[in-house]
Amino acid sequence: MSTQMQQNKTPISDPLVIAGIEYQSRLLVGTGKYADLNQAKQAIDASGAEIITMAVRRTNIGQNPDEPNLLDILPPEEYTYLPNTAGCYSADEAVRTCRLARELLDGHSLIKLEVLGDEKTLFPDVSETYKAAEILLKEGFQIMVYTNDDPIAAKRLEEMGCVAVMPLAAPIGSGLGIRNPFNIATIVENAKVPVLVDAGVGTASDAAIAMELGCDGLLMQTAIAGAKNPVLMASAMRKAVEAGREAYHAGRIPKKRYATASSPVDGLFF
Amino acid sequence: MLAMDITINGESRQIPDTCSVSQLIEQLNLTGKRLAMEINQEIVPRSTFESHIICPGDKIEIVGAIGGG
Repeated sequence: MSTQMQQNKTPISDPLVIAGIEYQSRLLVGTGKYADLNQAKQAIDASGAEIITMAVRRTNIGQNPDEPNLLDILPPEEYTYLPNTAGCYSADEAVRTCRLARELLDGHSLIKLEVLGDEKTLFPDVSETYKAAEILLKEGFQIMVYTNDDPIAAKRLEEMGCVAVMPLAAPIGSGLGIRNPFNIATIVENAKVPVLVDAGVGTASDAAIAMELGCDGLLMQTAIAGAKNPVLMASAMRKAVEAGREAYHAGRIPKKRYATASSPVDGLFF
Repeated sequence: MLAMDITINGESRQIPDTCSVSQLIEQLNLTGKRLAMEINQEIVPRSTFESHIICPGDKIEIVGAIGGG
């Protein structure tokens, strides 16, 4: 993006910085599970996301050669693509996927690393994630890493050189919301790189909670694409992320067990 | 006709001898598509598609970008 374009936009006061690049949106969204690619584009535009994820899969050989292509509908010149390693259950599979993604996107090195443990929970296999990260970092990849809501693992991935740490809020696609806010808060507190909640968000309030905990952003897919009205939910998520961020900066009042009157007691006439 | 067996995206195929990666892509009607390729788990950079000759028994993966979260 040119400097000129940046200057013409609303003043940037609170950008999300990942690997030295500034983004105005703190909401990252997926491109899958939509009715079609046009709906995906509408929802993504409503979300305001600048970074969008994609998956790498076998090309159809012979069948539907003219099928619309993700990269044609959502061109890499307009969005920052974050290829994922979804479906990878070993470091080796994840590394191969990242190499192919980099080739596919002409040398683009920002990737989302996820190495899964089992199909039922889709929880990350953290030891395989470390292995993959080590190889990919040596090859010059910039890694946004999906991990457990485990402060030790998150810190270790940061220290290895990952450019962002992305703990889950709950299992992928579960919509259960922030199951362990205390761990997320600890991860945020310890981190010097951006922390983004990745996975588990169900609705707008979940996104706001993550942002109020001090997260730098969120990555979501199912909560938007699986909603009855994905475009409307994308818009709701955008607002929730912005609201949560503002509330975080504003500094919430402490919780107390008993009431404090909102109107003055002085001057009561009875 | 000279031919050799290879595997593309998990399917067995026969292609002519001394076929380059570019020629294979053309045969599959994939010219100009955004794709990436690995042969026997090694990346084949786009810049070498013309010169890279496919060998018998090669296991080829041709991938593209699709929607995902």
